[in-house]
Amino acid sequence: MSITSATASELLAKMNSGEISSEEITSACLDEISRRDGSINAFLSVQQEAALEKAREVDRKRKAGKPLGKLAGLPVALKDNICSEGVTTTCASKMLEHFVPPYDAHIVEQLKAADAVLIGKTNLDEFAMGSSTENSAFKTTTNPWNTAYAAGGSSGGSAAAVSAGFAPLALGSDTGGSIRQPASFCGVVGLKPTYGRVSRYGLVAFASSLDQIGPFARDVTDAALILGTIAGKDRRDTTSLDAAVPEYTSTLEQPLKNLKVGYIELLHEEGLHAEVKEATLRALDVYKSLGAEMVPITLPHAKYCVATYYIIAPSEASSNLARYDGVHYGYRAPHFENMIDMYAASRGEAFGDEVKRRIMLGTYALSSGYYDAYYLKALKVRRLIRNDFEQAFQSVDIIATPVTPTPAFTIGELVDDPLAMYLADIFTTSANLSGIPGISIPAGMSKNNLPIGLQLLAPPLEEERLLRAARMFERETDWHLKRPV
Amino acid sequence: MDYTVIIGLEVHVQLQTRTKLFCGCSTKFNPDHPNTQTCPVCLGLPGALPVLNREAFHLGMKTGLAINCEIPAFTKWDRKQYYYPDLPKAYQISQYDLPMSQNGWLEIELDPETREKKKIGIIRAHLEEDAGKNSHDESGRGQDSKVDLNRCGTPLIEIVSEPDLRSAQEARTYLEELKLLLTYIDVSDCNMQEGSLRCDANVNLHVHQANGETVPTPIVEIKNLNSFRGVEQAIEYEVQRQWKHWQETGLSLKDVPKETRGWDADRGVTLEQRGKEDAADYRYFPDPDLAPVTVTDAERERVSQELCERPADRRARFEESYQLSVYDAAVIIDQGLAVADYFETVAESCGNGKQAANWVTQDVLRELNERGLDISKFPIQPDVLAALLQKVNAEEITIKSGRTVFQELLNYPEGVPGIEQIQNIIEDKGLALVSDTGELDSIVQAVVDKNEKAVADFQSGKQAALGALIGQVMREIKGADPKAVRELFIAKMS
Ligand SMILES: [Zn+2]
Repeated sequence: MSITSATASELLAKMNSGEISSEEITSACLDEISRRDGSINAFLSVQQEAALEKAREVDRKRKAGKPLGKLAGLPVALKDNICSEGVTTTCASKMLEHFVPPYDAHIVEQLKAADAVLIGKTNLDEFAMGSSTENSAFKTTTNPWNTAYAAGGSSGGSAAAVSAGFAPLALGSDTGGSIRQPASFCGVVGLKPTYGRVSRYGLVAFASSLDQIGPFARDVTDAALILGTIAGKDRRDTTSLDAAVPEYTSTLEQPLKNLKVGYIELLHEEGLHAEVKEATLRALDVYKSLGAEMVPITLPHAKYCVATYYIIAPSEASSNLARYDGVHYGYRAPHFENMIDMYAASRGEAFGDEVKRRIMLGTYALSSGYYDAYYLKALKVRRLIRNDFEQAFQSVDIIATPVTPTPAFTIGELVDDPLAMYLADIFTTSANLSGIPGISIPAGMSKNNLPIGLQLLAPPLEEERLLRAARMFERETDWHLKRPV
Repeated sequence: MDYTVIIGLEVHVQLQTRTKLFCGCSTKFNPDHPNTQTCPVCLGLPGALPVLNREAFHLGMKTGLAINCEIPAFTKWDRKQYYYPDLPKAYQISQYDLPMSQNGWLEIELDPETREKKKIGIIRAHLEEDAGKNSHDESGRGQDSKVDLNRCGTPLIEIVSEPDLRSAQEARTYLEELKLLLTYIDVSDCNMQEGSLRCDANVNLHVHQANGETVPTPIVEIKNLNSFRGVEQAIEYEVQRQWKHWQETGLSLKDVPKETRGWDADRGVTLEQRGKEDAADYRYFPDPDLAPVTVTDAERERVSQELCERPADRRARFEESYQLSVYDAAVIIDQGLAVADYFETVAESCGNGKQAANWVTQDVLRELNERGLDISKFPIQPDVLAALLQKVNAEEITIKSGRTVFQELLNYPEGVPGIEQIQNIIEDKGLALVSDTGELDSIVQAVVDKNEKAVADFQSGKQAALGALIGQVMREIKGADPKAVRELFIAKMS
């Protein structure tokens, strides 16, 4: 395997044996980016010099036998809504086009401490609002398997970067599927941890009660490796959970005994693409062949997930994005009459349509007189959705579902149909609403040669179980070994 | 026709924590160095998250308990959303429907003569973060406005009273008592000049009509009250204005929405304010970045144990235990906790409350004023003053000598004088009371011998002559006991 298609673990092994240096790996990634990112558009900025410098530093440390972090010398790409000190963090918005944070996000600190090589900042839908990166103010990321197709979103840049060979690892954020859906579209592993498993400090907020940072990787082992370095309590994020972080990689190869896999019969049969359905059923057969028990489950309130999500997420977003007003930082309109006009002009000129749409939705839902009917009701339904999962996990260990109703759509296909775009979040939003971890793993290819993912869900803080279950499937299949040409 | 004045106060008090409510920045009052006490959290930078300062919550609980509030077991944080340049997140983290304390009261004394008291209800007291400070170019040259965020994120507790206050004077008394209480329990310095205590007043009238009906006039919220005098004057002005307005228009509460007016202290008027308050929809919702706070019975108990005696209770106790006059007790209590503690130490150890009160309210307070000192910096420690008073009590020195020793102690050149200095000064200055008639006798005899005229005057009935004679002896022996001297003279001259 070439450097740019190898997994992080393979590269680490080669660096440790002295077969290859971090500088060579980093250079290979940078070369691949400069060769092909013109058509993929995964990156909004590439920190070439800093990356090479860090790679050489790690090489020196390794040579000198000094202690090294867990990701020593591995290039990692960051979604451009994760603050990194001194590096522009744009959120793919004109509003923050020139914003340079004076501080590192918690996970950036963790990655630096793990000696990772931060290679660049990846494209996303503006402020992570969208499912295709078409809402980026700067560029649309294409699917490395076929550039006519969307990479998915909102973490499309990170998914595409890992898929295209630009970086073995990347970080994204998932508010309603923004890691799992692009991972599925691009044929890589994408993990959304339990809400609170990874600190949100330094992640530019979209919907605070749903946002969670998670990794993209080329296989489950790599996902486990990077999750272990970023997970854990951070006192700067009071919603981060104070629970021990297991050594995910050490138990990964142990199959789960007497595994009970929950599946949803007849779930939204109508909208489900035949090839996706087939891939999901095939995946269940794989588990069956491994001796797992298949248990049909019901999630009675699952049908309300999208509606609930599109009340809660925009409500929080309308509040979180109110700070971008042109006063303290970010874009300020060049012409305005007075203070109110400055706010209106700055926000009007710098936010894209989807962001405005969601701000308006959320502002409406929180307005006096509507709060009870919308926001408060959505919180109650959210509680019911959470209960559904608690109930389901009484009788199963994991739940297997499709990630998205269809494989990747073409670029431009859904741009004028936001509702269809929202409805495609049907399988992913439930994990955010209920706070549970979910993973998307490669589980098939469509006739059009586009990847199809399988989603596995587990109870809160059961990432270890989730990863082991995913690894059981991965060992039996070779979807994760496929690379776009 | 007449009317009743209805007033409720909303008081914002800055809690004296070292750091801000949701970040580690200093809360120091520092207007000369704008935007130096800031960080990503209080600047509202993208990605920054709030972390509750437990000390602020603790002081909030202390405040709530001191004003007799319930402290619910569960309280949460809400975002109050509005746009203003001094509010960088465009929302203020506050508490909406589940405040951290509620349903309390504060007792005030309406009249020191009659001792009539009244309980003012407190609806709620909740925590919130302060905004920054805007400053605008007032030169008229149209310079940019400036924003200082040093204050942004400072913990405030907002105390909302019931509309139980019936006059401007009552409102002032309530505010004074509240300030005294909060400084006593050490949760705030309540410095009004620096904005640590700010007050808004809701005022209207209940007009009693001839037919026995009562009609409420529109409620006006007066903002920007930053002195006790201001509170009193603004309310007085507003009552007159509303009465006049009522008589002119007859408009009542239900005809007019709540109005916001600002107090212009220079012109002595309230002026209509337009701004963010008008018909605002703050779109409150629970802050998803902050976990709700739960309070256990044990915590509540622990904090109430920390509360010291409330000033009102202490005032009553001083009157009772030390036989102080209403006036003296009030003077001492109103000076704050440290002075009251000082007084009490002196009174306890000298065994004479009245004497202690005299010395503290006259000599000590005078010196503090003249020297611009805080009691904590006062050179005479309470045990030293008590020892001095004991000597006066025991008639080891005269009161006059006592004052001399007091002055000497104040001017003691080497740090804080100890009790032993009292004796040293008495000896150095020869202030020891001499009532030994043997020692005094010869001096008195000598004075009698030298002052034939005065002696004759006395003997002819001029009492005043005796004073001059005694004075001569006192000049000779500083510590002479005037009573003993007097008796000796009378014996010799009769
Ligand atoms: Zn701060």
